[in-house]
Amino acid sequence: MTMTIKADKKKSAATPEQGIKVPVYQTKELNLWYGEKHALKNIDLDINENEVTAIIGPSGCGKSTYIKTLNRMVELVPSVKTSGEILYRDRNIFSSDYQVEELRTRVGMVFQKPNPFPKSIYDNIAYGPRIHGIKNKKILDEIVEKSLRGAAIWDEVKDRLNENAYSISGGQQQRICIARALAIEPDVILMDEPTSALDPISTLKVEELVQELKEDYSIIIVTHNMQQAARISDKTAFFLNGEVIEFDETDAIFSNPSDKRTEDYISGRFG
Amino acid sequence: MRTSVQEMIAQSKGKKNKKFMEKMIPVILFLIASVSVLTTIGIVVTLVIETITFFTRVSVADFLFGTTWLPFSNKQELFGIWPLIIGTLKVTLIAVIVAVPIGIASAIYLSEYASETVRRIVKPVLEVLAGVPTIVYGFFALTFVTPLLQSVFPEIKIFNAISPGIVVGIMIIPMIASLSEDAMSSVPKQIREGALAMGSTKFEVAWKITVPAALSGIIASIVLAVSRAIGETMIVSLAGGSTPKFNGDFTDSIQTMTAYIVQVSKGDAGYGTTIYYSIYAVGFTLFIFTMLMNILAGYVSKRFREEY
Repeated sequence: MTMTIKADKKKSAATPEQGIKVPVYQTKELNLWYGEKHALKNIDLDINENEVTAIIGPSGCGKSTYIKTLNRMVELVPSVKTSGEILYRDRNIFSSDYQVEELRTRVGMVFQKPNPFPKSIYDNIAYGPRIHGIKNKKILDEIVEKSLRGAAIWDEVKDRLNENAYSISGGQQQRICIARALAIEPDVILMDEPTSALDPISTLKVEELVQELKEDYSIIIVTHNMQQAARISDKTAFFLNGEVIEFDETDAIFSNPSDKRTEDYISGRFG
Repeated sequence: MRTSVQEMIAQSKGKKNKKFMEKMIPVILFLIASVSVLTTIGIVVTLVIETITFFTRVSVADFLFGTTWLPFSNKQELFGIWPLIIGTLKVTLIAVIVAVPIGIASAIYLSEYASETVRRIVKPVLEVLAGVPTIVYGFFALTFVTPLLQSVFPEIKIFNAISPGIVVGIMIIPMIASLSEDAMSSVPKQIREGALAMGSTKFEVAWKITVPAALSGIIASIVLAVSRAIGETMIVSLAGGSTPKFNGDFTDSIQTMTAYIVQVSKGDAGYGTTIYYSIYAVGFTLFIFTMLMNILAGYVSKRFREEY
């Protein structure tokens, strides 16, 4: 049994014609309520394949809620209600026959605070493949190495794979979490403020990594750091009070925003 | 004009009374704290002294390696401890078989699946179960569980190891369930979310993430519960019988270490007889067993502690 190389598979499927962007996610009139609180209002967003889409906005604007809706993690909050639809690869993720486990197997997630499992580094990476039925030790070894290399942390941990993942630094833990997400070769990676708990050097490493990963994955990243959005994303969505104010090429948003509120936010007048 | 506050403070500081009290308080508290320590030392010393007296009459080798416990014989008294240990272990084994799966399954349910409302109702109920007096459990074993078992398996005697074993198991379920639930609930939510986001089902999260992460607490709860089962007295006195046997039969009457001590203490033997001293030797053996279990629990919870 040989492993499929993600990049090859992707190239053939992704760009049948040059220049045409294929959407992975299409959000149509999405509304979300936490109990009585209307947290997302009429969101319409198309997110393209093999791009980095940044979501920015002030605290409480709904950016984290939105990204957690994309893999339905938001449903862990009691009393959440949604309306509208989110199509992932043309299938509505809210439809009753869509298994949430299937969706999350295709859409990986990296959280704000590094949250490795209290297991060895090896077992952290092998967890995903294992629960999805891959038992062969040789294949697991390959996946672990490839994922850790993919997350640019192989050289730092290759001699300590059996140590507890909590024995390494926070920045390294976050890259372990990225490697863990890569291990099941997802289609999309959601990142919810992945560098907010990290020091500047670790942040830089994660940002470089995001740049490399977009070759093979579609990445959606929530960030409160506008410079970060400007540095690493292709497109940027600006959220405010649960609404999308502006969604455009990152260059356009930062150099020539069309909405006054976007301009105020990125020039630091509020938020 | 009244004197300044600082002056009043200076005046009251000068009072000897207060200084004396400040010095005495730690002394008094120390004496109070010593009560439990001294009691423990007293118990151990008594146990050891009386046990030594016992071993002046019965050889240590006969006690440790003998396989017949026959203290009331007119011809020849035999004090081989093993039948009592076997009796205790039979009951403990059955209790563990009953309590560990039920206790851990309940803990998983309470910490991973139950809604807040269910948890608020079930946990106190479990704790009520832990508060039932053991004599009631003993009665329950003798008058309900044993007849029930006999109606299914007629070969089971009125006194046996299975019935008290099951009931001791029921008694320690709340301990395992409650302590394991505490250990599992303290696993951070973000770790569970990380696993759910990988496409794990709820059960995969519970079984492959939460239980391993809480393993030290779970094992410690089991060890403490086993220690409790070994020391359990009333249930086994009532439903286990009083015939120590060195065999592997669970359906026949047994005697545990604790039940033997009860039997003798109730007045079957006079002060100063070998039988009288034997209860100290048995008690000492029991003490070593439960102490080892407690040390093991401490070791396990340190050794298997998962960092998170």
